Amino acid sequence: MSVRVQVEDFDVGAELAKLHGVGMRGTGGLVTFSGIVRDIADNQTIKAMTLEHYPGMTLRELEKIEAEARARWPLTASLIIHRHGRLEPGDNIVLVITASAHRQAAFEAAEFLVDWLKTKAPFWKQEVTDGGHQWVAAKSTDAAAAARWRTPADLTPAAKTG
Amino acid sequence: MRLLYFAWLREKVGVADEQIPLPENVATVGGLLDWLKERGAGHAEALEDLSAIRVAVNQEYAGPEVPIADSDEVALFPPVTGG
Repeated sequence: MSVRVQVEDFDVGAELAKLHGVGMRGTGGLVTFSGIVRDIADNQTIKAMTLEHYPGMTLRELEKIEAEARARWPLTASLIIHRHGRLEPGDNIVLVITASAHRQAAFEAAEFLVDWLKTKAPFWKQEVTDGGHQWVAAKSTDAAAAARWRTPADLTPAAKTG
Repeated sequence: MRLLYFAWLREKVGVADEQIPLPENVATVGGLLDWLKERGAGHAEALEDLSAIRVAVNQEYAGPEVPIADSDEVALFPPVTGG
C-alpha cells in the first residue's frame, strides 16, 4: 500500500524484506517485477536514458492504479516505486511488488499494475545514443496489453488515455 | 490559466509552462487546443497531430469535450512511456 516516485535507486531485496517485516498476515505469496534500463533499443546502443515526469500527477495516477488493483484482487500488500532523472543501462527503473494469500491474485495484480502504469502514469523516456537524443515512442503493444484489463466501467472518456 | 508542456511538446513549444488568461470563446479542452495552434510557429508544430497529444486538466486525463476554467492547470504531453 505504498507508492514512491524518486530519483534515488532502490534495493529490491531490501524492499521485499520490508514487506515481510510488516503485517504479512494472510500472505501466501509475493510477486516482484523489476524493470531495468535496456542496453539496446532498435539495434542501437543506449548510453543513457532520461525519465521526465509530471510531478503531482504522477503520484496521483500511480495511487489510482494501485487502488484499482486492490479493488480487483485480494492483496495483502502492494508497492510501486518508479524512478525519474538520468539512468544508465542496467539501472533500476521501476519496482512492483504484490502480495496475496494465493499466487494467482499476486501474479495477475502485478501484471495489471505494470501494464496500466506504462500507459497511464505520466513519464516520458528519452534515450541517448551515438546518434543523439530521441524521445521513445509509445508502443501499440503496450496499449494492447493495458486494454486487456479494461472493464466496461473504465470506458468513460477520462479513462481513454491509450 | 496555467499551461504545462512535457517531453517533445515542451521542446517544440519552447517553454515548460506559461500563464495565460482563458481565451475568449474557449470553453473546452478541444477549443483550447485549436486556439493554441494559432499561438505561434512552435505551438503549431507541436500541435500539428492532435492524435499524438494527451491532455490533463488539474492532473486528471481529459478528453476534448471537458470544460476548462481560468483557474485550471492544463498539461499537454505525448503518450506516456514509463515503466
